[in-house]
Amino acid sequence: MNTSEILILLGAFSASAVEMVEALTIVLGVGVVRGWRSTLIGVGAATIVLAALVAALGPALTYIPIATLRLIVGALLLAFGMQWLRKAVLRSSGYKPMHDEDEAFRRERAEAAAAGREEKAGLDWYAFTVSFKGVLLEGLEVVFIVISFGSAQGRLGLAAAGAAAAVVVVTLAGVLVRGPLERVPENTIKFAVGLLLTSFGCFWGAEGAGVDWPGDELSLLAVLGFLGLLSFVLVRALKRQRVALRPSEAGA
Amino acid sequence: MRYVRAFGRFWWDFIVGDDWRVAAGLAVALGLTAVLTHSGVNAWWLMPLAVGGLLAGSVWRASRE
Repeated sequence: MNTSEILILLGAFSASAVEMVEALTIVLGVGVVRGWRSTLIGVGAATIVLAALVAALGPALTYIPIATLRLIVGALLLAFGMQWLRKAVLRSSGYKPMHDEDEAFRRERAEAAAAGREEKAGLDWYAFTVSFKGVLLEGLEVVFIVISFGSAQGRLGLAAAGAAAAVVVVTLAGVLVRGPLERVPENTIKFAVGLLLTSFGCFWGAEGAGVDWPGDELSLLAVLGFLGLLSFVLVRALKRQRVALRPSEAGA
Repeated sequence: MRYVRAFGRFWWDFIVGDDWRVAAGLAVALGLTAVLTHSGVNAWWLMPLAVGGLLAGSVWRASRE
């Protein structure tokens, strides 16, 4: 396994794990309050839609010339990865609140308890639609990352395996813990995934635009290191600025 | 019409996100890289610099809001 294949596997696993942790919080919040039957049917329906998307889009992308594909995928990964990285930098420097799974779980439970009961097709419609939408929306990001990572390098199976492993690990952890996985260092993982997505986007986007990277795949590690160092410097600078602007939050 | 707008909004949030300047800047940087490489300049350095600059500018703006 070469450098980019290891990074693809790691990236697909980590990105899928954090998205699945968020989906798990929604499913648990609804399932505990509204019952499991309709909630799990919603999860199953969303999983089928997501699997169909991967099955349809994955092979279709193989018909696009590799340079064009890398340019498109690189541009999308850059746009997507920069959003993750931007949020991670702002969270780490205190300019954006950290994502709190426990708080999200409590909010989800309260909303599920307050919602009225409507039966459609023998299902608790609230439980079905909320779990379906939750898994579908979180899963779409996973599908997007898996297809982008896999198709640009011709390793869709590897990226899908990374994502599948994450789904299994998070589901097992959820069953064992029987609660939201608030101890998962979600923001740290998102920081790492944001760096990976942005670095791959930079590498493939430039390659698709015709660039010949010095050192070939080793450049990917250099880009990753450069963006990691820059992010670290930005977090430090923003923290200092926040403390200078609001000295009362110095200990926060 | 409401569904079309919601569909467009979803994709805008999904791809562009909170700062449209970053997405626009990335498109310009990729275009410039393509122009330079097709003019014989192997501009491998341009994208990392552009990404770094756009990230720094975006978080700096967000911290000032």
